[in-house]
Amino acid sequence: MKRFVLNQSACLSSPSRLAGEGWGGGHAATSAHVFSPPSRPAAPVDLPRKGGGEGSNRGDIVVAAIALAADPSGALYWPEHGLLVVADLHLEKGSSYAARGQFLPPYDTAATLARLAGLIAHYAPRCVVALGDSFHDGGGPARLSAADRDSLHGLQRGRDWIWITGNHDPEPAAGIGGEFHDTLTLGALTFRHLPTGAAGDVCGHLHPVARISQRGRAVRRRCFAADGTRMVMPAFGAFTGGLNVRSAAFADLFGTLAFTAHMLGQDRLYAFHAGRCLVD
Amino acid sequence: MRALRLSPPEPPDLLPDIFARWFAGRGWEPRAHQLELLAKAKQGRSVLLIAPTGGGKTLAGFLPTLVELSTRQAQPKALVSAGRDVRRSQGLHTLYISPLKALAVDIARNLETPVRDMGLPIRLETRTGDTPASKRMRQRRDPPDIMLTTPEQLALLLATADAPFLFGTLKRVVLDELHSLTTSKRGDLLSLGLARLFALVPGLTTVGLSATVAEPNELCRFLVPQPLEGENAADLVIAQAGAQPQVTMLETEARLPWAGHSARHALTEIYDLIKRHTTTLVFVNTRSQAEFMFQELWRVNDDNLAIALHHGSLDVAQRRKVEDAMTAGKLRAVVCTSSLDLGVDWGDVDLVINIGAPKGSSRLMQRVGRSNHRLDEPSKAVLVPANRFEVLECSAAIDAVADNAQDTPPLRTGALDVLCQHVLGRACGEPFLSDDLFAEVRAAAPYATLTRADFDAAVDFVATGGYALKAYERFAKIRQGKDSKWRVTHPRVAQRYRMNIGTIVEADMLKVRLVRSRRNTSMIPRGGRLLGQVEEYFVEMLSVGDTFVFAGEILKYEALVEDEVYVSRSTATDPKVPAYEGGKFPLSTYLAARVRGILADPRAWRALPDQVREWLEIQQWRSLLPPAGDLLVETFPRAAKYYLVCYPFEGRLAHQTLGMLLTRRLERLRMKPLGFVANEYALAVWGVGDLGLRIARGELSLGALFDEDMLGDDLEEWLAESALMKRTFRSCAIIAGLIERRFPGEEKSRRQLTMSTDLVYDVLRKHQPDHILLRAARADAATGLLDIKRLGEMLSRVRRRIVHKALDHVTPLAVPVMLEIGRETVYGEASDVLLAEAADELIKEAMR
Repeated sequence: MKRFVLNQSACLSSPSRLAGEGWGGGHAATSAHVFSPPSRPAAPVDLPRKGGGEGSNRGDIVVAAIALAADPSGALYWPEHGLLVVADLHLEKGSSYAARGQFLPPYDTAATLARLAGLIAHYAPRCVVALGDSFHDGGGPARLSAADRDSLHGLQRGRDWIWITGNHDPEPAAGIGGEFHDTLTLGALTFRHLPTGAAGDVCGHLHPVARISQRGRAVRRRCFAADGTRMVMPAFGAFTGGLNVRSAAFADLFGTLAFTAHMLGQDRLYAFHAGRCLVD
Repeated sequence: MRALRLSPPEPPDLLPDIFARWFAGRGWEPRAHQLELLAKAKQGRSVLLIAPTGGGKTLAGFLPTLVELSTRQAQPKALVSAGRDVRRSQGLHTLYISPLKALAVDIARNLETPVRDMGLPIRLETRTGDTPASKRMRQRRDPPDIMLTTPEQLALLLATADAPFLFGTLKRVVLDELHSLTTSKRGDLLSLGLARLFALVPGLTTVGLSATVAEPNELCRFLVPQPLEGENAADLVIAQAGAQPQVTMLETEARLPWAGHSARHALTEIYDLIKRHTTTLVFVNTRSQAEFMFQELWRVNDDNLAIALHHGSLDVAQRRKVEDAMTAGKLRAVVCTSSLDLGVDWGDVDLVINIGAPKGSSRLMQRVGRSNHRLDEPSKAVLVPANRFEVLECSAAIDAVADNAQDTPPLRTGALDVLCQHVLGRACGEPFLSDDLFAEVRAAAPYATLTRADFDAAVDFVATGGYALKAYERFAKIRQGKDSKWRVTHPRVAQRYRMNIGTIVEADMLKVRLVRSRRNTSMIPRGGRLLGQVEEYFVEMLSVGDTFVFAGEILKYEALVEDEVYVSRSTATDPKVPAYEGGKFPLSTYLAARVRGILADPRAWRALPDQVREWLEIQQWRSLLPPAGDLLVETFPRAAKYYLVCYPFEGRLAHQTLGMLLTRRLERLRMKPLGFVANEYALAVWGVGDLGLRIARGELSLGALFDEDMLGDDLEEWLAESALMKRTFRSCAIIAGLIERRFPGEEKSRRQLTMSTDLVYDVLRKHQPDHILLRAARADAATGLLDIKRLGEMLSRVRRRIVHKALDHVTPLAVPVMLEIGRETVYGEASDVLLAEAADELIKEAMR
């Protein structure tokens, strides 16, 4: 299993890393990678304070004692490392369906990349991690339109880009830049596609959504599911559906209903205890 | 068009002896319109027959066919050369199309009687979704003389390569209950199928059978191919009307409710009516009302009368049981919804009771016609208004019936999503040239004004999705060959077309099962008796342990397992969740105008019950009753909130849309609206700011607030997020074939499907707002769930005719809609607000 380890103590001791374009490793997938982020980012990044209500509604979600900024778009930002994480992009899902005779609009990749571009412009991350299932199927990268491929390369310019492998895209692909890894460990956190339940896991795959009923009307939204020890990120792709957090998969992962669904609102997150959420 | 009121003398040679003897043998005489239809057939004319129920309408439709087939030369069926292809010398002669499977089966049974009695050499068969595959195969190879089927089956038959062979011998198409078929997308599909038949069989004639409609000429056009310029229409034959129906309003001693739809106040009077008649049909407007009325009737049913329940959500087997008992004359009453508006005739119904608002005069007349099928005796109906506004509506409806005023909707403009489905179907049959198919489609009356651009967009959609970004050429479903003809690219495409045909997109329904007894476990065992189906959104509101009424029982919600709702019987006497809504029709524009007329004319109040008259008099004294064309807007404070109530009388759907748009506008004007509630007659909006004061100060202009321009940007903005619009889009996506309901070998879960069409809607709206499916959805929204067209007409009607009355408390006219607050869902699409509210509640709880 390829592992990519960002060693915090190591990076603190080598302040020179800002010089180059990447973090040093080149593009070959390596089994263990040590890199050196700076102690302070060159330009201070605004930590978005969306909403600003009481504790639970702030954009921060704590995993393994690390506060991560959860963006209402479904991305995660770790300011200390300039790390932007998005899960389950499912790029080229439209064309994947089209190949099977259902002509979903061919605009999903552009739509997803445009949202990602907005985030990148906002956070100016030094590294973007796509947490697996970045393409809907193995043929996805080859079906990218020239325009979408260009905008992807544009997003990758000036920063590191890590494709975590997923079940839809288990193999590294050509022509999409970035590095390919099965997992990425940084301090106490491990970023991977499939949830393992281990402490410090930040993963995707499950596409969590939560449902709340208020005044007789139900609201169903994508959400982060987290219990302080591990987290499942919402799917970011334009055509990605969701799995209700009350499904067995989440109970298996978190052991109980002792986790929180941070539902994505227009411009803030709304946190609900899993027990408050409805089944579909 | 040659309309014809029938004159008695008829040429004697129209009816062969054997038929004349058969009629005489049954003690019947051929009716004038039956002979008229024979005469029309002789002339080779297509014809629309408008006749009341019980007028021998179906026999009239088939008589020409029976006569022709009885006199044809007996010769073996044979294949003969017809130049380059082969034709059958005899084959399918008449195609009968009915909106209901059950009706086709029933008609076939009825037709067998004369065929058998006269020993006619005629084979007639039904073909429905229930027909075994082997028989369907055989029917294509060796068709009967008369085939009785549905619009969907016709589409399937046309989408085969041998359609020209199968239909080559066709002489006539009989379309039953045409008035009900043409009001939906099924009618669009049928019109396209007909257009194909007209192209395949020059000289084909049609017979339309219909109840009375407002514009018979539109149905006459539906029955014949339309020329490029001008119009063609079938001949019209109107059968002698039966006796004028006796329609009365129930006079009740009880106090008339201000709001609600239960009619509980009149229960004993309804029960007495049932007791005094042989068989009564009790029509209600929604399934929840049906459930409620059924429960209540049994509560007072001291005589143990056989009273049954019938509505569309009940399990089919249960419905069949009721229908059979009815046919056998075993029932004294059936409480039913529009599920019994159409269909099998029952002889012995001698009373129709209509509970609640009649909604439209044609609808009411058709319901009334369900009683007493002997033409010379008047049918009898009693209207039971459930609240004061419904008294006005019932009164208007009784006048309309007396005037025989019809208010059926106008003929539809053919939907683009249905066209897409048809285009694929055509490619599954014979390859076609664009020009030919365009000409063929334009011959269908609903598509007579179709533009070439829209047609080409539909073909493009079928081929590769219709996207400006030409990304899917290599995956095309249909492609042009060297001969420029479009054909499917793979047999699989045709197979999937066949699995996904049809225009009926059901709401997401969940099965309701009674939990089987549990054995020492908290686990719910799977299976259990099936009670019926409920809409998913209803279940969304329930929490485990809630009680509600369904299938005539009070049930407790136990669990949801996949797509099945598990319930147990409850001992509760008051269900916690009151309403299980289902099937609501808006008040017809015509009746609405009549109701406004009554309100505006104090002389008309004399005919109303005392309580209602007093109510209106107090309203006039406290506020006012506006002239018929004006819109009254009242503002008043109540319990620390400020209300604005208006009375457009345009039906709940249009009012809901108006409410959505008004609250958006008020929000933008910083008037802080909090919510709104709509009923059939009125709309109430409330907020924290004094709207009356703002109007008085000239800071808020009602003319500007109600300006038609709300149908511009405000509507656009709302449509972007409207759940109703997304539901509308989903139907279009399914009908057009963007999303497939069924795959070979697997059925995609409906819930998964809802999710993906919402995502598709969002993406498409952003990237290609003029895509054909978005245009189709918009056209639907104009008349469907959002009723935008009607709202637009209302706004334009009341321009500069808004009467404002600033008051210091609630008025009598406002009471009914105010009572809906808290009972009805408060609308608002801003689901973030709901999330914030839910989150705040938690915080409050936590801080306590």
